Amino acid sequence: MGDPPPDPEPPSQPPSSRRSSQVSQRRGLELSRPQPAFPEEAEQIPLDANLQGWSLGANPTQQENLTMFQAEEAQLGGVEYPSPNMGFPSELQPQLYLEEGGIQATQNAGLMLQQLQRGQSNLFQQLESAYLETQPDLLGQFNMYQRDDLQFSQHGPYLRDDPTLQFSPSELGFTPFTLEVPEPEPLQLAVQNAKAYLLQTSVSCSLSLYEHLVNLLTKILNQRPEDPLSILESQKALFLRSGGGEGQQEMEEEVAETAVPNVMETAFYLEQAGVGLSSDESFRIFMALKQLVEQQPVHPCRFWGKILGLSRSYLVAEVSFREGEEEGEEEEAEEMMEGGEGMDAPDEEEGEEDEAKDTDVTPKPMWKPPPVIPREESRSGTNKYLYFVCNEPGRPWTRLPPVTPPQILPARPRVARQQSNERTPVNWGRGGLSSQGCFPSTYLYVVGMWPDLPPPDLQGRCTWVNPLQKIEEEEELGEEEEKADEGMEGVEQEVGPPLLTPLSEDAEIMHMSPWTTRLSCSLCPQYSVAVVRSNLWPGAYAYASGKKFENIYIGWGHKSSPENFNPPLPAPGQQEDPNTPEILEMSDPTVEEEQALKAAQEQALAAAEEEEEDEEEDEEEDLDD
Amino acid sequence: MDAESLLLSLELASGSGQGLSPDRRASLLTSLLLVKRDYRYDRVLFWGRILGLVADYYIAQGLSEDQLAPRKTLYSLNCMEWSLLPPATEEMMAQTSVVKGRFMGDPSHEYEHTELQKIKEGGKVFEEEVVVQIKEETRLVSIIDQIDKAVAIIPRGALFKTPFGPVHVNRTFEGLSLSEAKKLSSYFHFREPVQLKNKTLLEKADLDPSLDFMDSLEHDIPKGSWSIQMERGNALVVLRSLLWPGLTFFHAPRTKNCGYIYVGTGEKNIDLPFML
Repeated sequence: MGDPPPDPEPPSQPPSSRRSSQVSQRRGLELSRPQPAFPEEAEQIPLDANLQGWSLGANPTQQENLTMFQAEEAQLGGVEYPSPNMGFPSELQPQLYLEEGGIQATQNAGLMLQQLQRGQSNLFQQLESAYLETQPDLLGQFNMYQRDDLQFSQHGPYLRDDPTLQFSPSELGFTPFTLEVPEPEPLQLAVQNAKAYLLQTSVSCSLSLYEHLVNLLTKILNQRPEDPLSILESQKALFLRSGGGEGQQEMEEEVAETAVPNVMETAFYLEQAGVGLSSDESFRIFMALKQLVEQQPVHPCRFWGKILGLSRSYLVAEVSFREGEEEGEEEEAEEMMEGGEGMDAPDEEEGEEDEAKDTDVTPKPMWKPPPVIPREESRSGTNKYLYFVCNEPGRPWTRLPPVTPPQILPARPRVARQQSNERTPVNWGRGGLSSQGCFPSTYLYVVGMWPDLPPPDLQGRCTWVNPLQKIEEEEELGEEEEKADEGMEGVEQEVGPPLLTPLSEDAEIMHMSPWTTRLSCSLCPQYSVAVVRSNLWPGAYAYASGKKFENIYIGWGHKSSPENFNPPLPAPGQQEDPNTPEILEMSDPTVEEEQALKAAQEQALAAAEEEEEDEEEDEEEDLDD
Repeated sequence: MDAESLLLSLELASGSGQGLSPDRRASLLTSLLLVKRDYRYDRVLFWGRILGLVADYYIAQGLSEDQLAPRKTLYSLNCMEWSLLPPATEEMMAQTSVVKGRFMGDPSHEYEHTELQKIKEGGKVFEEEVVVQIKEETRLVSIIDQIDKAVAIIPRGALFKTPFGPVHVNRTFEGLSLSEAKKLSSYFHFREPVQLKNKTLLEKADLDPSLDFMDSLEHDIPKGSWSIQMERGNALVVLRSLLWPGLTFFHAPRTKNCGYIYVGTGEKNIDLPFML
């Protein structure tokens, strides 16, 4: 590589003129350029083979792109010529590259990417040929030049998007002569790195950014949409959905941002429906949710609603943790509970032994506590979502403990009003939340959409647990279990409503439908929002507009019942023990009876003594004779 | 809430979750102004909204110069056309006390109620089942009246009584202070006093006859039927009634903004004593 580039100076002058006349005389340049460039390139080959090969590879593409730019300007609209470099004749390119190698590298890399965005499908094939095979490239460039001539000789350099018309890879694979393996120049290295980066496959699927861009631009050029840039954005979205690995890093960033729900949009629609907090309050809630998302690894997050209280109100956020990131506090609590239960069992056994020894057996109570229905695993069933509460936006969020079935079942007919100090136990609140949240009657989903749903609430958990099974485990404890068994046989399975039942099938409350549906504005029905209001839980609203819908609850947290509350009656009086002779009392004898008895006894005694005396007299008389 | 400051009042009262949609607000702004002009009221209050199954009632009240005089009540189904309601009578109250359940939303709807009536025929007295029809309009009137008498409130100092008798709006009322705003005794029932005369002379001596001429909320039965909260970090005090859930009273301390609105189903919470 010793020959200096030919004619460094004379060509430097015309390019300035050419630069100025670049725009106007582009086509003339292009037509004239191939021929003089051809012999020069042949000379320049040994000097910087790969450098030029790359630049040559870039040039014709640039030139072609220029033609295509002009031809497609009407379509693409507002195409900027990437840089003045593109207008330079090919002879000067290598010199400029030599002078400002690094900058040119980045600029050209930028050019390449700009061209990528402009939607030139043939570019990739040319790039591919340029990158993959540096040696055949040069000849390939010559081939391309020849092809260029052929094409330019046609009327109009407008290149159709059909890839078959472009240079097929088979042609480029033709290597009539071999070249030395080029040493990697910094430019070439940068280019290789860029391509390697583009080719790396994403984690989730097998496509790489490179391939995806190829597909994207091919699709655009095939469809020739009106506004390619905006279509590009939507196509990008389509490709994302179809599993393209495009910009996996971008995806992650978007996902992290969208963990916070669009509270303002929901608030807007709810305001159309006449429900909801004021817009600045909604914004504060939005900020508070954002704070929650930043502090806890929650995704996704949703504003569930507001529960009014006596002294303060609760703002409730419904979240679901990302997998594997839950705190271990619940496990500790479970262990403690299990330990407690284990302690009870041996106590019972000891008690039974003692009682067996006792002759006077006190009757054992017949009541056995109902078997403890285990609480559901986190992230499933009623504990699918976690709830955070705070009093005012800006205050720290408190996490509510997961709900257990014993909390839900008594929460059903609850009548206590919610106190709002944070220190008070929130078991009521949690049970109420899940029984409200899990009831399909309080969630409205647009027909046709099937998002993640909380399952129905039955028996306090979402899958029915057979209490009889529990009893069998406890049979070892004693004979009394048999009696308990008989009592439990009559338990029927609670069947919960299946998910996503239509609202029309909800049970009526006293001849009143449990839901009221309205249009937000009757004056222009095509733009109005559908609102559904619950009659069973006053304060539960849902809106639907097109494909967007959302549920919210703002209220006291009480179910409305047509019946007034009646306190439970006391239990019926218990029966006394039947009067068995053992426990029947005998009346004490009165004084007269005792005296009469005594007198009778004395008489009997006296009579007995007389008889004895008579007998003795008889015996004495017998002796006397 | 005063129709003059409707937008601000609606925003302050929005903490309870119920408000008005923008189209209703726009209609109210103009139609209430028209009502004030046509009926020549001194002040028009937007009373609230009663949620029915089919439609909602929007209620407005017109006041004359004397604030404690009986108010005229109007209702509308679309916030644009208002109809005057008849004043409430004892008979109406007795009649509608048997009706339970939600409002239908149709003013001509009639509730049927069967009751035993003693009918004298000749010399005999026997009972017969009679079906009584009660119009929803009547029920509406009596419910509004009940709510007004039970839970309509006003802060102390907002009205003053002249020596001649009429009660006027106090133009120099600058709002309650923060400490006063948290006490139930600073709020009065917006109606003729009932319990005032039961106070001892000692207590009465401390009262200002021009300002303290109404019953305060302190002695309401059941005790604890009011929930006082500060919202927006002490910038707004909100009182909510537990006896008639849906009534919200708001007041921004140290400003003149105050008012109440009822948005609810129109049912009294009779189970309140069991809940407290």
